[in-house]
Amino acid sequence: MKNLDPQLVWALSGVLGLLAISTLIGLGLKIGVKKTEAQATIRNLNARIGAWWVMSVIFGLTLVIGQIGSLVLFGIMSLLALREYVTLLPTRRADHRTLFWSFFIFTPLQYFLIGIHWYGMFAILIPVYAFLFVPTRLAIAGDTESFLDRASTIQWGLMVCVYCLSYTPALLMLNIPGYGRSAKLMLYLVVVDQLSDVLQYVWGKLLGRHKIAPVVSPNKTWEGFIGGVLTATLIGTALWWMTPFRPWVAALVSLTITLMGFAGGLTMSAIKRDRGVKDYGTMIKGHGGILDRMDSMCFAAPIFFHIVRYFYVK
Amino acid sequence: MRARPLAGMFAGVIAAAARMVSGVQVRWVDSEPDPRQAVYFANHSSHLDFVVLWSSLPAEVRAVTRPVAAQDYWNRGLRRAIAVNVFRAVLVARHVGKGEALDASGDPRLAIEHMLEAMGDNQSLILFPEGTRGTGEEVAAFKSGLYYLCRHRPGSRLIPAYLHNLNRILPKGEFLPVPFISKLTFGPAMALAAGEDKRAFLSRARDAVCRLKDLG
Repeated sequence: MKNLDPQLVWALSGVLGLLAISTLIGLGLKIGVKKTEAQATIRNLNARIGAWWVMSVIFGLTLVIGQIGSLVLFGIMSLLALREYVTLLPTRRADHRTLFWSFFIFTPLQYFLIGIHWYGMFAILIPVYAFLFVPTRLAIAGDTESFLDRASTIQWGLMVCVYCLSYTPALLMLNIPGYGRSAKLMLYLVVVDQLSDVLQYVWGKLLGRHKIAPVVSPNKTWEGFIGGVLTATLIGTALWWMTPFRPWVAALVSLTITLMGFAGGLTMSAIKRDRGVKDYGTMIKGHGGILDRMDSMCFAAPIFFHIVRYFYVK
Repeated sequence: MRARPLAGMFAGVIAAAARMVSGVQVRWVDSEPDPRQAVYFANHSSHLDFVVLWSSLPAEVRAVTRPVAAQDYWNRGLRRAIAVNVFRAVLVARHVGKGEALDASGDPRLAIEHMLEAMGDNQSLILFPEGTRGTGEEVAAFKSGLYYLCRHRPGSRLIPAYLHNLNRILPKGEFLPVPFISKLTFGPAMALAAGEDKRAFLSRARDAVCRLKDLG
């Protein structure tokens, strides 16, 4: 195995330390709190922490393996997310072949393009080529019922579950002067984004009173939002040493990540409410489906990528 | 007991793969997995139906459960090798409606005999009483095979099941699957009542399947 960047090791150890502390707190709450109405929440909290261990270990290992590990991991996550998405939405018999293309041609191709560092094609494969291919293939299939709804449903699924999510491992393409190509950038995005989700949940549970969007997402409160965004931004700023950013830039970038993450969670919730479900899936214990966990990443990753690329890659 | 350990191991791998590909979420409603002899019957919309249903049974139930599959599709080459050796499928000629030509092997009585023989005294069957794959929207009227099976084996435990979304994964006429998350709901056991006539029984059995569909 090649020598690991000591900063990457530090950051990963930090994640494991945080999980260990969370596990102890979860255990303490389980033993200490006797109120029955709180116990369901605590059980869910402990299920979530357990799932976090699994997710962190898998993600950490793929980071250590290198680019191929991250591409395989995110490629599989895109497929699973797209599967959750299309299962929830109405599709018709005539969509079958178009969906097959989406899953087994466009998705692998998108990650392959990252693997060969072909930025120009990576950036347009889905917004240009797949965008035009999908309605054409549907037209050839010959079913005109709700044509535009079906075409846009598939286009949107490819954009969010594949294109947007693939921006996370695409960070490994960026060669930043004085920083190089580093998995640290990807870890930074994931840590800030996911911590923002977690902290919004924690602040919401502790202080949450005023709902932000009761129709779309009944669990989101102003207290949770403000507390989560501020604390995650603070942590993102404190982690400036693992990025190419100066501290004040790290603060602005983390703030952007947290706000985009919130936008992602809210938007993906609106789809769930429209379809009348609570979660996209059941794959991750305590969290729901892959898309329930990755909704914020889908929105934060492309913006983070383009900010870094615009300002830091010459 | 399974005679071939290798085929048994392979069966476990296939079952795990089928559960992964179909993402199947299994639910037992007023019912639970039980290795005692039973006839599982479900709606039919995909070639994957019996694979998914069989794979969703716990290993000890799966070991004594044999799907009933159409000879005309499964009796060829690799398909046959998999169907017979891995799933231990009972291959029968499809029941053809009255007035349609029957070939020598298409006698429905012969199919029933095959099934009874396959059941022995401890084997369970998986049956799709619609006889042929539908579009997945409606459950078609049941063919009479289930009724005659029960006439020969009064008191058989019949377990209804509904398979969601298999028609979206591999619809009729397609050969490449698209991954959707499927759901499989098992319902409470029923049986042919004493003196119950064919029409009433078949429609009651169909209703049991449709009720599971409506549970979502």
